[in-house]
Amino acid sequence: MPNSERVGERRPSQSKGNRLAQFFSSSPKSKEMSAQQTLQAAQSQKQGISPATIPLPTISLSTVTAGEPNSDEPPTTLFQPPSADEAKRRQRAEAQFGPLLSPRHLYVSAHQGKPLETPIEDEPPYYFVLTTYLSYLILIFFGHARDFFGKRFGDKKHYNSLKANNGYAPLNDDFDNFYVRRLKMRIDDCFARPTTGVPGRFINLIDRKSDDFNRTYKYTGTITETLNMSSYNYLGFAQSEGPCADAVEETVRKYGLTSCSPRADAGTSDLALEVEKEIAQFVGKPAAMVFSMGFVTNAGSFPALVSKGSLILSDELNHASIRIGARLSGAVIRSFKHNDMEDLEKKLREAIAQGQPRTHRPWKKILVAVEGLYSMEGTMVDLPGVIALKKKYKFFLYVDEAHSIGALGPKGRGVCDYFGVDPAEADILMGTLTKSFGANGGYIAAEKHIIDKLKATNAATLLGESPAPSVLMQILSSLRIITGELAPGQGEERLQRIAFNSRYLRLGLKRLGFIVSGHDDSPIIPIMLYHPAKISAFSHEMLKRKISVVVVGYPATPLISSRARFCISSAHNKEDMDRLLAACDEVGDILQIKYSTGIAGGAEPLPKGVSPEMEKEWRKANGLEGVVKPPRWKLEDVISAGEEDVKYALR
Amino acid sequence: MDLHEVQAQLTGWLNEATSAFQKVPGSAVLIRYVRSSYQNDPVRSAIELVLVIFFIRYLLAPSYSTSKQNFIKLTEDEIDELVEEWTPEPLVAPHTALEEAEMERLPVLVGPTGPKSKLANGRTVTNLASYNFYNLNANEQIKEKAIQTLRTYGVGPCGPPQFYGTQDVHMKTEADIATFLGTEGCIVYAQAFSTISSVIPSFCKRGDIIVADRAVNYSIRRGLEVSRSNVKWYNHGDMEDLERVVRKVAEEQAKKKQLTRRFIVTEALFETIGDCTNLPKLVELKEKYKFRIILDETWSFGVLGRTGRGLTEAQNVDPVQVDMIVGSLAGPLCAGGGFCAGEKAVVEHQRLTAASYTFSAALPAMLAMTASESLNVLQSNPEILTQCRENIRLMRAQLDPRSDWVICTSAPENPIMLLVLKPDVINARRLTIDDQERLLQECVDESLANGVLITRFKGIPITTNTGLKDGNYTVQPALKVCLTSGLSKKDVEKAGVTIRHAITKVMTKKTNNKLGLPAA
Repeated sequence: MPNSERVGERRPSQSKGNRLAQFFSSSPKSKEMSAQQTLQAAQSQKQGISPATIPLPTISLSTVTAGEPNSDEPPTTLFQPPSADEAKRRQRAEAQFGPLLSPRHLYVSAHQGKPLETPIEDEPPYYFVLTTYLSYLILIFFGHARDFFGKRFGDKKHYNSLKANNGYAPLNDDFDNFYVRRLKMRIDDCFARPTTGVPGRFINLIDRKSDDFNRTYKYTGTITETLNMSSYNYLGFAQSEGPCADAVEETVRKYGLTSCSPRADAGTSDLALEVEKEIAQFVGKPAAMVFSMGFVTNAGSFPALVSKGSLILSDELNHASIRIGARLSGAVIRSFKHNDMEDLEKKLREAIAQGQPRTHRPWKKILVAVEGLYSMEGTMVDLPGVIALKKKYKFFLYVDEAHSIGALGPKGRGVCDYFGVDPAEADILMGTLTKSFGANGGYIAAEKHIIDKLKATNAATLLGESPAPSVLMQILSSLRIITGELAPGQGEERLQRIAFNSRYLRLGLKRLGFIVSGHDDSPIIPIMLYHPAKISAFSHEMLKRKISVVVVGYPATPLISSRARFCISSAHNKEDMDRLLAACDEVGDILQIKYSTGIAGGAEPLPKGVSPEMEKEWRKANGLEGVVKPPRWKLEDVISAGEEDVKYALR
Repeated sequence: MDLHEVQAQLTGWLNEATSAFQKVPGSAVLIRYVRSSYQNDPVRSAIELVLVIFFIRYLLAPSYSTSKQNFIKLTEDEIDELVEEWTPEPLVAPHTALEEAEMERLPVLVGPTGPKSKLANGRTVTNLASYNFYNLNANEQIKEKAIQTLRTYGVGPCGPPQFYGTQDVHMKTEADIATFLGTEGCIVYAQAFSTISSVIPSFCKRGDIIVADRAVNYSIRRGLEVSRSNVKWYNHGDMEDLERVVRKVAEEQAKKKQLTRRFIVTEALFETIGDCTNLPKLVELKEKYKFRIILDETWSFGVLGRTGRGLTEAQNVDPVQVDMIVGSLAGPLCAGGGFCAGEKAVVEHQRLTAASYTFSAALPAMLAMTASESLNVLQSNPEILTQCRENIRLMRAQLDPRSDWVICTSAPENPIMLLVLKPDVINARRLTIDDQERLLQECVDESLANGVLITRFKGIPITTNTGLKDGNYTVQPALKVCLTSGLSKKDVEKAGVTIRHAITKVMTKKTNNKLGLPAA
């Protein structure tokens, strides 16, 4: 496959030495402009994000290949090759944020009218399910056998923490710790890979190897630049250049690094209030408050909202922070099936009818907690469905938009925007600023009286540290870019690029034959691996092709549904997606992970003259009713057809 | 469909099933066994069949009782009616008067936090409310490093540490802290406030025993609550009481021949009171009764000891004897995040089991780098600690012995001076906690009116937290005065006089009896 080879070879591993060494050199940039001027300067440049959109014949700078037909751009003959410095600068910028190759690679993320359908779950042949269980059995058996002998004859220092020692109970429970020691340790090198530099379009991994089966690592001193499919950099704001970074630098000079105090003491700065105002406006709520950590936003807010005598109905796949927050609140917690509105209604009816346990007193309040976009499944909440139930059952709704804010909706304003729902319908909109905004922390947006009360009672506000000014500025400037206040056009481009990339990759993977879970517009794209051995194999094979991916297995997922997860970013372009598809195609064949039976999409195109509406009749006429062919498209076809097909409903 | 067709169909299925069954290895043995047993004893076969069915049913049944006690069956109409009638309480309660007053007067800083800060109303005041003890926030060298980090790493790491969020900067910061403290390893969390709330439950599980000081801070309480361990309390700072509790635990366990993990959880400098723990005694008890210590150094790291290494340095204890040292990088170090230092096994264990580490994004590289750089500054100029301590001494001289109304509960080296109303004042006026809060808020307002920004310690979350058995603790309302080395001797003395006068003015105001408090 010539295409994939070319793609694979493009980025050789390069040793850049220790980046920390750079700190001892002089300041990389001398800045004389004030923040205001910088913002104005950025505003006046009404252009796209990347310099490559300027009509120049594309030349091969590190990442961009020549020869991609780019018919929209008129051929130019007058051309000065950029100076070495300029080329280097551009290469650096493009490693963080890829140039848009064609204006056709854009799509507006919005819900298309019909009620949200639950994605069809495809299942692999039984052979794979059985062998997956068998794999775990073998792993567990060997683990126990090694423990048994190891504790008696093995190296003492590895087993000490499991045994009572000098009158102290073991620090780790043998049983709790078994999974980590015996299963995860085998594939430990796929996790927590240290990185350096900006986690943008590419990410620099610090190479390491282990001589003792992942117990310790040795750093080889080299760095590998890989395509970054792992960071939650949805809108590509992980950048060390550009308007955001300039504004942040200015803020550090002006404000210093921290505000050194909880919000309720002296940690409230003009900057914090401005960020809160902007966020409230952005999500469409009257007021908002920011926190220095997303996890604590959830963990601290539930206790401030509900308490004993209240009920929390929580989606079974909700994030750990919601579960911990709910537990701390003292309210009764029940869960409902993932995104299943019927189950939610059943639980609601039962709860209201039966009242509190034992006493049958009516519940003080019921809070339903859902996430906008589920990070392990790539599914979106059925918000219109929840809102319909809310009207009938009068519960309060808490929407965790940790992943959906910025990543979904025509204006990037989260699930409400995506479904065209009035944000006033949800009582509490929570989100993180870590992901789409490239900053850190979280926010809560709600009615003003709710926010005021939360500010007065939430422990994280009263006692926890307030967000750093630099982080606040990153939020503010990225928010203004998304809304178009700053550098007009950029925000829109970012939003449409992530939507295109997500749909393009999802469709491509389905057509290649992978089992892909989640909704079509979601920028989180998990593909199923099943076998535990394939978790590390997939990660290693992708790393060989210089792509970094996140792989997850039990306990983050159910035992058998181990998966790899791609996080799409606006910083990627179609070329990156093609490179990933090519790599997946190869690896999929090597590892036999093209399990798809075709029921969940990836079908062959309809013959000419048959529109999707006519498909049913056409199938009837040709006797193809209920015939599902497992999709195994050729890579070339996937790439050539994908760009156009993405604009229509994915099939 | 005719009857014989049905019969033919059934026979076909039966044949298929039989042939499929015969293909299963071992089926012949089973058939032979059933046949022979049927010939000999058909009753036995029937009983066996019943047993098999029961066994399968038993296997498929859930392991817990599903029949809900107290469940009342209602018709759909009745449920609809109940749904119709049910009105929930509002999501949040209305504001109390104190909260409203506080909200109104919340100081908003314009520009940087420093010894002198500008407020939104345009006034510049002496800032004694921030944890900017050494004024590192204004340190140009640190700022420059942070900007360089920004230009190399951007702001956020865009991912949790386990998934490509660990950057070399974090590894460097961890190594720097470990070296500074003298421990084997260290792990950096993204927020100080939630660090210990995660550290505790990552080690302490259901059935384990935790002995904690009664006055521990909110974060520790949250950790204790999440851990679901068996929590026992000892009176604040009372080492004899602690010994009594741990001895009892050790004896009980020895009697029952049961060994669980046992922990002592306490703070080095208490957030709620400001005083200091007797660490050598604690270590002695720990060794004697085989407990592990989780020491919260959030308020003492960078404060106590000659170079700011914390309580271990101040009281000459080998840090290795403390199992887990938890500290903050957000306070005096002027960076962000928290850390837990200890043995390598202790640290690695947290990387997988501590919730706020695994489920949260990593610390921004800039802040991690700032923490490293601040440590560097502390190590190379320990004299800034001395300067700060001198300022604390000056401020104390102005407030503690001279005021008729308040006493300082903080340790002499603690730059956070907590001032509580004297017990005889409280008794004489029969002041409730709420009254004290209100009075102290007035003191804060009065001193701000005179150009000194101080604050109150906000203990409400601790007082109202009832999630822990027997763990209720009422925080005594206190004024919080945070010293900084960035102020001159004259400034500190002047600020001290202002605060003292403000307190006196509020406490001697005629209207300030128990009932007649002026409206905000």
